[in-house]
Amino acid sequence: MAGHDVVESDVLERVLGTAMRTGGEFAEVFIEDKRSTMAGLDDGRIEQVTSGRDRGAGIRVIKGDTTGFAHTADLSEAGLRSAAEAAAAAASQGTGGENIVALTRQLERRVSPVERFADQVSKTEKVALLQRVDEAARGSGGSIVQVSAGYADSRKRIMIANTHGLLASDEQARQSVRISVVANGDAGMQTGFQSTGHTFGFEMFDRIDVEELARDAARQALVKLGARPAPSGTMPVVIKRGSGGVLFHEACGHGLEADLIAKGGSVYRGKQGEVVASPLVTLVDDGTMSGEWGAIGIDDEGHPSQYNVLIEDGILTDYMWDYLRARNEGRKQSGNGRRQSYMHLPMVRMTNTFVLNGTEEPDDIVRDTEHGVYVAKLGGGSVNTATGDFVFGMTEAYLIENGEITEPLREGNLLGNGPQVLRDIDLLGNDFAMGNPGTCGKDGQGVPVGDGQPTLRVKALTIGGTAA
Amino acid sequence: MTGTVELQAIADRVVAMAQHGEHIEAFVSRDAETDIRIYEGQVEHFVAAQTEGVGIRVIRDGRTGFAYAGVLDETAVAEVLAEARDNVRFGTPDEWAGLAEPDGVDVIDQDLWSEALAEYTTDGKIALAKELERLTLAVDPRIRVDDANYADVASESAVATTTGIRRTGRENGCYVVVSTLADDGDETQTGFGFSVGRSPSEFDLAKAANEASDRATRLLGATKPSTKRTTVVLDPYITASFLGIISSTLNGESVAKGRSLFKDRLDESVASSIVTLIDDPTNPKAYTATDLDGEGLAARRNVLIDAGVLNKFVHSSYSARRVGTKSTGNAIRGGFKGTPGVGCLALQLMPGQRDQNALIADVDDGVLIQSVSGLHSGVNAISGDFSAGASGLSISKGQVGGPIREFTIASTLQRMLHDVVEIGNDVDWLPMRAAGVSLVIRDVTMSGT
Repeated sequence: MAGHDVVESDVLERVLGTAMRTGGEFAEVFIEDKRSTMAGLDDGRIEQVTSGRDRGAGIRVIKGDTTGFAHTADLSEAGLRSAAEAAAAAASQGTGGENIVALTRQLERRVSPVERFADQVSKTEKVALLQRVDEAARGSGGSIVQVSAGYADSRKRIMIANTHGLLASDEQARQSVRISVVANGDAGMQTGFQSTGHTFGFEMFDRIDVEELARDAARQALVKLGARPAPSGTMPVVIKRGSGGVLFHEACGHGLEADLIAKGGSVYRGKQGEVVASPLVTLVDDGTMSGEWGAIGIDDEGHPSQYNVLIEDGILTDYMWDYLRARNEGRKQSGNGRRQSYMHLPMVRMTNTFVLNGTEEPDDIVRDTEHGVYVAKLGGGSVNTATGDFVFGMTEAYLIENGEITEPLREGNLLGNGPQVLRDIDLLGNDFAMGNPGTCGKDGQGVPVGDGQPTLRVKALTIGGTAA
Repeated sequence: MTGTVELQAIADRVVAMAQHGEHIEAFVSRDAETDIRIYEGQVEHFVAAQTEGVGIRVIRDGRTGFAYAGVLDETAVAEVLAEARDNVRFGTPDEWAGLAEPDGVDVIDQDLWSEALAEYTTDGKIALAKELERLTLAVDPRIRVDDANYADVASESAVATTTGIRRTGRENGCYVVVSTLADDGDETQTGFGFSVGRSPSEFDLAKAANEASDRATRLLGATKPSTKRTTVVLDPYITASFLGIISSTLNGESVAKGRSLFKDRLDESVASSIVTLIDDPTNPKAYTATDLDGEGLAARRNVLIDAGVLNKFVHSSYSARRVGTKSTGNAIRGGFKGTPGVGCLALQLMPGQRDQNALIADVDDGVLIQSVSGLHSGVNAISGDFSAGASGLSISKGQVGGPIREFTIASTLQRMLHDVVEIGNDVDWLPMRAAGVSLVIRDVTMSGT
């Protein structure tokens, strides 16, 4: 399957011609052919192996400020032309001249090398991973009462052709494993979670110890059996390396997306060149980070992925851009035009977003904190990009008392304001790590993203617990 | 309707291919969607989309395999069946695995299809979204509109099984939603307003516009409150979200797998005696009213908590077999890409006697909660820990005061159900799996400065 064209380029040229028939200024065909496998283990059983096939094309036509979009699962020339007509009609009621589009093929580049694509690996091997996970988690202690685990892989081939003559393609592989554990104790049940995901091939499981991940999920649940209620009120928070990048993704990254900036829905509008963060902070979005969950050779508009510095030493340097927003501003795209599938319109999305290393030893950061909370694992969260207000779940957290990590805490939300947090980072560690694979949701679309940061301290965040 | 006939024929053909000793379920669906976004009086995007696909579940010797494809041509369907059969080999034998069987419960027909919507013109849909943007901007000079949207979906589906289930359904609906920003000096706050209907004639655009304006402007000038224990009054919309969380603790599959905090609590008191919680998808007022569940069994009314006593969990045929009971008609299917899970279909708290103002009048010191965030991250339905970001209005001596934000409310699900003080009479049939109603809960920790 490697390197093949899902649709021939001369067909794409004719389809683009059809798409421009109502006088559009730009047309694009996005084609996707994806095979996926999922396996679920729960309650000690492999409950189900699922195979999926998603294949189709999304066609958009832009005229003025209007985008018309249609998609189809019919990849015959007739099917594509019919979708092109629908998109053209949706964008414009006018008529255009004859459109001749000549496509130039871009060379494919591989940011994440793949040795074994998952569709060449037996299902037996995949299922065996889950059985190892189950055994390792259950072997962690008699209080572990339930384990569920999921394996998922996909191999996706995408092609993008547009009326600027671009013809680009990419092959994207993803494998992930997630583990949820329940432990039961005198004070009720507690949960633990771990996951891993990469854009390498199945060979990643030669390097990643899934049993270790399972034991870590079990450890979290067991530790929390003895947890006390989280405190309430505002206090310093130390966030362990690789566990809080999601906070920067949500609370800062979204506000740097050019589509939100354009509509004034971001606190960072008009702030380019200004100090928006502590001078310790350099924030990067990097789609080229080999193997990471948000790594892509090209974005879903055919633009090569890039290393983009968003904030440098506290100063806002640039936003992230897709085709439409870059066109409106007369500038270059940044490789951030992404979409969930051929059924969706692209928009500005992050890839792998992270804070670069500082200079502090992580132990010193804790030692320097008199009283506060140490977050070892942050869960999901949400942000209001217009205000920067966010909440995140603390799935594993401890009290810090007199410069030492002491008792485990029950779960709760952590609340703050993105721009304020960027300014309130007063200690930044030298121990950078990437975090768990994530799915970023925006406007109803989910795309895979990565995040990371070194251990760091935020001067003040609100902890949403019940203890006084 | 020719569409459902065609889908049923595909499902029937798949099931007819079942071999000896093999059970098959085929689910086939086709959706058509329109999605229009207006910004500054112009169409920003117009999406016209049709999606179709088939999901096939095969069970043999207690092992389950599943496959799907987003295409319906004959070759693709044959490939899906072959993949599902292949996947059977990797499942662990499960004595309870199986498909639903007809259980004799009568289907209560629901009116889920609007011909008026099916015939509504594209220009008319665009005009609705433009009108919503215009009305919203007219409410308050501090308001900007982020975007105004019209969307509709029409779905047809068919399911068939070797156990004798054979059903088709079709359903359509539409909504408008507007996102707002309110500015005052350096401060910006956000809001939204929506209206839903089986057809556009049911929309109340003025109400949506007013709510979108009010949600954004009411938070301007809000302060961060201090940390304390307090009484919260939940707006109907917030209660509906809260019930959504409670519903996962009443999920029969979670109970069977030891993952529900109520697993051993049937017939015990789990809530204040004024709490009666019902799942009733046969009530046509419910947004998620339906005649069939995800396995093709009749949807039905189930009393889950009766005057504070835990009465019943919701089950699919699988979870019911595991615990030795019968399906409550609560299988939920998310589409052709998955097999049915278990969940509540249309929850409702039995309402009380008084309106929200009367409830507030009885609160000496508290908060009216108008929005929450982070319910998915700060609530653990297994441990019961509850923590959510919130904003709203302070309440003092029975009167609402100024706006407050940047605080959390926290308790545990177990305690909150017992701490329910009163339920309002203001039932709101929101576009969610639970109806809204005002709810007063005492002894919640508010964490602020």
